[in-house]
Amino acid sequence: MQKTLLRYIWTHTRPQQVFILLIVALSMIPYFLAFDLPKQIINGPIQGQGFEDLSTTQNFLDFSISIPFVDYTFGFDGFPLDRMQTLVALSSVFLLLVIINGAFKYYINTYKGRLGERLLRRIRFELVDRVLRFPPRHAKSLNGAEIASMIKDEVEPFGGFTGDAFVQPALLGGQALAALFFIILQNFWLGMVAAFMVAIQVIIIPKMRRRLIELGRQRQITARRLAGKVNEVVEGLGTIHAYDTSNFERADVASRLGEIYRIRYDLYQWKFLVKFLNNFLSQVTPFLFYLIGGYLTLRGTLDVGQLVAVINAYKDLPGPLKELIDWDQARQDVQVKYEQVFENFEVEDLINPAIHTLTPASTQQKLETLHAVSVSLNDDSGAKVVDHVTLKIDRGETVAMVDHTGRGAEAMAEAFGRLSWPSSGRICLGDQDIRELPESVTGRHISYVSTDSYFFHGSLKDNLLYGLKHAPVKRHEYEGKDMRQRLWEIREAKKAGNPHLDIRAGWVDYSYAALGNGAKEDLQKSLLAALDAVQLTDDVLELALHSTINPDEDPEFATRVVEMRRALRARMNELGMESLVIPFEPDGYNSQATVAENLLFGATLAPLTPDNELLSSEHFYTALNKVGLQRPFVEMGRTVARNLVEIFGGLPADHPFFRQVTTLSAEDISYYQSLLQRKNEPKPVNFRLSSADKAFIRLTLEYIEPRYRLGILTTELQNKIVGSRELFYTELPAHLRELIERYDPDKYVSVATLRENIVFGKLSNSNADGVVELRTLAGAVSRELGFANQLLKAGLDYDIGAGGRRLTPIQRRKLNLARALIRRSDYYVFNKPLPGLERHTQEEIVQNVLAFLGQQENDPAVIWVLSNISLSRLFDKVVMFDGGAILEEGSYETLEQESGTFKALVA
Amino acid sequence: MLLCDEVQLLRKLPYFAEVDTCKLKLLAFASERVTFKAGQRLFTQGDAGDSAYFILSGSVEFLVSTPDGPVKVSERGPNSIVGDISLLCDGPRSSTVQAAGVVEALKINKDYLFRIMDDCPGMTMKMTRAIAERLRLTSSELDQVRALQKA
Repeated sequence: MQKTLLRYIWTHTRPQQVFILLIVALSMIPYFLAFDLPKQIINGPIQGQGFEDLSTTQNFLDFSISIPFVDYTFGFDGFPLDRMQTLVALSSVFLLLVIINGAFKYYINTYKGRLGERLLRRIRFELVDRVLRFPPRHAKSLNGAEIASMIKDEVEPFGGFTGDAFVQPALLGGQALAALFFIILQNFWLGMVAAFMVAIQVIIIPKMRRRLIELGRQRQITARRLAGKVNEVVEGLGTIHAYDTSNFERADVASRLGEIYRIRYDLYQWKFLVKFLNNFLSQVTPFLFYLIGGYLTLRGTLDVGQLVAVINAYKDLPGPLKELIDWDQARQDVQVKYEQVFENFEVEDLINPAIHTLTPASTQQKLETLHAVSVSLNDDSGAKVVDHVTLKIDRGETVAMVDHTGRGAEAMAEAFGRLSWPSSGRICLGDQDIRELPESVTGRHISYVSTDSYFFHGSLKDNLLYGLKHAPVKRHEYEGKDMRQRLWEIREAKKAGNPHLDIRAGWVDYSYAALGNGAKEDLQKSLLAALDAVQLTDDVLELALHSTINPDEDPEFATRVVEMRRALRARMNELGMESLVIPFEPDGYNSQATVAENLLFGATLAPLTPDNELLSSEHFYTALNKVGLQRPFVEMGRTVARNLVEIFGGLPADHPFFRQVTTLSAEDISYYQSLLQRKNEPKPVNFRLSSADKAFIRLTLEYIEPRYRLGILTTELQNKIVGSRELFYTELPAHLRELIERYDPDKYVSVATLRENIVFGKLSNSNADGVVELRTLAGAVSRELGFANQLLKAGLDYDIGAGGRRLTPIQRRKLNLARALIRRSDYYVFNKPLPGLERHTQEEIVQNVLAFLGQQENDPAVIWVLSNISLSRLFDKVVMFDGGAILEEGSYETLEQESGTFKALVA
Repeated sequence: MLLCDEVQLLRKLPYFAEVDTCKLKLLAFASERVTFKAGQRLFTQGDAGDSAYFILSGSVEFLVSTPDGPVKVSERGPNSIVGDISLLCDGPRSSTVQAAGVVEALKINKDYLFRIMDDCPGMTMKMTRAIAERLRLTSSELDQVRALQKA
């Protein structure tokens, strides 16, 4: 990148800058013509100069140009027009010039804007590109939010400046020089006075602005640090709460804001001081003219006409001069910003762009060995963690690396994964240093997994397939309007120096899937197998069952869910287990469901809290009245309230039973208590229900007989509720009906989760092992129907949140491992990928992974850094590090027999 | 069976004889009603215990595993509480309990029970006494068995 912004702009926009300069010069012609015209209109047709006689005509648009030396003259005699006609003609010309000037201005501004935006795009891309090429060591010390703030906010003014970078000084400089020249022509000495004052302004003001620029720089850095700090606070929210350090963070942020305030206030003071001085200097010049010019006139050395001419000419000088000085300030401002940003991105040892070249199909050459030759590694503090280690890994070998003391094995794995670069020695794939091989070779032949994992915002599937997106492999076909749009995108990308790879193309390269040979089904097979290997399948299913889907988006899947629902019910009937789930039936009361669910016979989007739209609407209670349930519900609610008050009334407000065994809180209980104590509530006018009655009805709506066991829901009442379902629904106005999605045994319920849709009923309490039995049964049925795979697919669409934070840490570790297993590599480097997992699970997963990789045709090698040394018996070879050097190397059996240290560690 | 009937039954237990009706009602309300089919296990020997069962109807069998398979050691009918010991002393279940026929029971959660005990100082004493009584019975039974073995 160039050292100064001006040079950067010039390098990338030279032809456009010259072009726009020419256009600006061209636009000056109509601009000055328009200046002169009013004078002509007033003097000519209005005041009558040249039209002394009524019948006089003047030639309009006459001109003659003679070319010197060749004695050739050409011209046009013009149209003869009388006074009125001339007025109209000249005014029309004026209007025409206004339009032309406007058009020029429009064109120039758009052009400059486009120029700026393209440059902005270029510079932003270049910065991100550099981030992608930062060497690993540098990447560790970066703060993401600060980098983001630089790329997003700090470069923003560059775009605005680009258009003016060269045009503005050329234009304004020209204007100022012209004005100065004109003054000198009028009177040399007064011209010199003006020139002197200009020189003072041009020299002093920028000097004073230097402090402004320094302050601007500080402001930029503190603002960037603030962005970094805010990011830290957001990321570390859990830690902050855990250690009660929120006030420390508050103090930190407040002090930073104070610092920013100080800088900004200082900035204001200086800015307006400079402005004041600037204004003063430009006003002093006329003062000098009046004083010196007046003195000279009185002495008789200058005539009055000249003085007036000079003062008039001076009027045109301060304007351009001021703008020129402003431009200079803008230049210095963006220059400082540019240097600031530039410094952060100008890193030694940037990865050579050739290493990142896009290579669609890798030459699947057989690279026989991974070789570490006398490798030494330093950690970030500079201490040596690996000391001249030579190690050879053959294809098909499984190697366990363990540490006795130190962290040599881990560091070595990092080096194999290219996460750290050796301070001496080299690591070779075949016979080439992996640092010189392009990433299209190393990144595909070696899969590295460590404790740290990063997930991108998106679905589980996106993240699982992330390691297969090396290059666009399947073109996206465009048609018609989209095609034009795409061509425009390509053109613009080229103009701004961006690559024009298509993000909408298919990037997932099936041929790199772990199993099979490149068909789409193979990818799915690999994906499912990898999930199984890391024991993530059940979690994914669980995620799917918890999720809600929009049946309109995937009607086929919704139909399958309903099929599954029917199959499950049929199976329960077959096995005589129909009492496991009490289904929702249009003409039956579901004893395990609430009264509300039974009455509405449907699901509501929002839970039925007092401020729910449905319950706060008067129509709801009117409809209850219509079906004759209002009174019984109030009475029933009163009984429930009496019982609840009796049970919970004596408990302190912070008792855990509130919210735990009842949905009510202590305040709710005391509210009901007060309602029960009130006597003879005055009836509200117009037959509306009192709020007390509404509150009782709400209690009734939540009532479930087997849960409360108060014996108040008689069969009669149950039948009445079931019988009023239809009428009640039709009595509700349309906008309330929309809030309820009614149950239909043959339809998918979009507001319910997949699990609720499949079960479509309530688990009965008649069987204590109901949940387990239902799960086993549903699992068996869904496998038979082939529904399990579809369910898994729905689970794979689960959005894992920023950085995968919607998953549990264990799930993230497993996902991290599965992501590597899905891609076919020759070498898998696992650097303690499963911390925090139970020993037992760890062992199972290690076994699964080794078996999974063992069935791959390309015979991959596995390097696994183990935290649990006893697992090394599962590997062909064990390499034990001690203090950064290899202590022992050999098969598990040999080491166990021969090495005392190893034996002690395993035991 | 309604909540108030359950309370009446609970009251018959020596544990709860002197507890407020309100508190018993709270305990019953906080407890879940569960149904077991014949042969279904309430809990298995060796599992960690997190709840006790108050038998409302039906009867349950106590099984202890021996090298020759599970052996039935005793049976308990309605209005008795099972699984209470491991509730109080955090140990694993000492025997397996399974339903002899259809059993209806009230599942009393350990945490809830402790909360209610905290609120009723007298209850702890009652429970201690009831358990001591059980211990006395058990040790005298054990002594008899030992005496029989020696004889």
